[in-house]
Amino acid sequence: MFGLAIAYLRDRALTTALNVLLLAIAVATLVLLLQFSTQVTERFERDAKGIDLVVGAKGSPLQLILSSIYQIDQPTGNIPLDSVDLLRRDPAVARAIPLALGDNFRGFRIVGTEAEYLEIYNAKLAQGRINRAEAEVVMGASVARNTGAKLGQKFLGSHGLGKEEEGHEHEAHPFTTVGILAPTGTVIDRLILTSVESVWEVHGIEHNDEQGKAHDHAAGEAHHDHDEPVVLDERGELKPEVTALLVTYANASGAIRIPGMINRQTGMQSAVPAVETARLLNLFGSAIDGARLFGWLLAITGGLSIFVALLGVARAREGDMALLRVMGAMRATVFGTVLLEGILIASAGVIAGVVLGHTMLALAAALFPTLADLGLQAWVFHPGEALIALAVLAVGVVAALTPAIKVFRVDLARTLARAS
Amino acid sequence: MILALADLSHDFGGQHVLNGFSLDLPKGQHSLLLGPSGSGKTTLINLIAGLLTPKSGTVIVGGELMSALRPAARDDLRRRRIGLIFQTLRLVSALDLRSNLLLAQRLCGEARDEARIVELLDRLNLSHRAKGFPRDLSQGEAQRAAIARALVGKPDLLIADEPTSALDDVNTARVAKLLIETADANGSTLLIATHDARLREFIPTTLQLAPLALAA
Repeated sequence: MFGLAIAYLRDRALTTALNVLLLAIAVATLVLLLQFSTQVTERFERDAKGIDLVVGAKGSPLQLILSSIYQIDQPTGNIPLDSVDLLRRDPAVARAIPLALGDNFRGFRIVGTEAEYLEIYNAKLAQGRINRAEAEVVMGASVARNTGAKLGQKFLGSHGLGKEEEGHEHEAHPFTTVGILAPTGTVIDRLILTSVESVWEVHGIEHNDEQGKAHDHAAGEAHHDHDEPVVLDERGELKPEVTALLVTYANASGAIRIPGMINRQTGMQSAVPAVETARLLNLFGSAIDGARLFGWLLAITGGLSIFVALLGVARAREGDMALLRVMGAMRATVFGTVLLEGILIASAGVIAGVVLGHTMLALAAALFPTLADLGLQAWVFHPGEALIALAVLAVGVVAALTPAIKVFRVDLARTLARAS
Repeated sequence: MILALADLSHDFGGQHVLNGFSLDLPKGQHSLLLGPSGSGKTTLINLIAGLLTPKSGTVIVGGELMSALRPAARDDLRRRRIGLIFQTLRLVSALDLRSNLLLAQRLCGEARDEARIVELLDRLNLSHRAKGFPRDLSQGEAQRAAIARALVGKPDLLIADEPTSALDDVNTARVAKLLIETADANGSTLLIATHDARLREFIPTTLQLAPLALAA
């Protein structure tokens, strides 16, 4: 029965291929949407876990969240260094971690921060040690893998936050890799972590180190034309700032009091990751729902196409089916052959569609840096894909059922009489 | 007796096609069922093969009462005992000739026997067409292929409906001899329904069917 069904499909290869293609496009669309929405949602939730509030310069709260937590957008600006102390002194704040952005290495952001940042993502060292001195960095797992970085290697950061806006290199301030993190599946995998002071140093901002000694930047290293943590003080000198603060509350009262306090009483803004992420996912969600509907319409069209094709061949194949019966094939065998053709077309469509969907995801991640930055994994399979496969197989079965019944009911004697 | 028909009658919508037809065919005897178009030859074949249920009378094939069997049992009896050759329904369109014969062999419940297929193709002068699809065969080749398909299962009763209508004299003689030789080799009974009088030269036993004009 299987061999016969394959032979019939091969006999009308073009129709079969078109039916398979139609279903494959439908399945690929559905798989792509499922993977994208699931991975993006999971990624957003994972990256924002443990961060109750983000404090940054005024502007779009969504932009603040995207740039500070997910590292996929430009920062809204800088905020005074005093804000770190302001929040850390508040009893409702358990943790306030500063971030200082401005440079990248081969498209990977160099983030000035503190060791607590690693705790948010439960990041562990795979090699080396944590950065202690200025110009020392710890690399995320993806950064190390993609750049081939090794412990002890020096590299120069480039101005800007991504490959597409890569500026000049800070030749006078090479960084040294002292640690490489184990993979976490979070945003930290794609970051190069150093101290906030290192970022200031690279950009020629005078600051005091832990011993209270003043540092000066090298001649010609001051940059006044970009948005790294730089502002001039009353003497016209660069004044240390940070890009954002990631805040974790000590208790529930923080959620009630702190956002309002920041927004009303300071020149900064606060953004709640859960709220902004939900808003973003809602926007995504509507587009994805629309595209998903399109995918199912394609699947139904594919089913109709199988139905029309098999109904046509059922009529044309009455003689063949009669002959098979005469040769000794049971009615169930003849019925099953047509049904199997529908199932085989649907199966081929499902397999091709799943492969196509994942390939498209891989291509999209390769072509669009933002998607790659979201950490989209092309070859991770989702259980929902099995449900899509079953649904499309069901479409194939339903589409083949009527033609199969038609063949099952072929009047043998009449067909043979016509053939005589 | 391999085939015994007793008082067999059939009609379509009140139009009599057969009326009280009886026939006994001993094992190994070859017969021609001669009659013009509309005389009921195809209906008789369908009744013998269990593809139709007679309105009255009995059909016994190899000692089993075909006309009283349930459809699945009739399919099984036909598969085991009867080889059928039709005028236009010859091969499964999507399979090449060799695959058609292999399928027929399997459906008959026979073990896979490539040697027999090679032998049949050779004897029917079809070896060069083993990989050919039905649409690629000439009329004569297709007719011979249909014979090969019916013979592959070594049936007890070989029934051919107009097997030589599309053949020239040379191939008619070749096919008639092949049918007779193979039937003899199998110990099969051969029944050929035809209006082709040329076959009398090869099979002298003749049964005549005449059209019925009376309504039931």
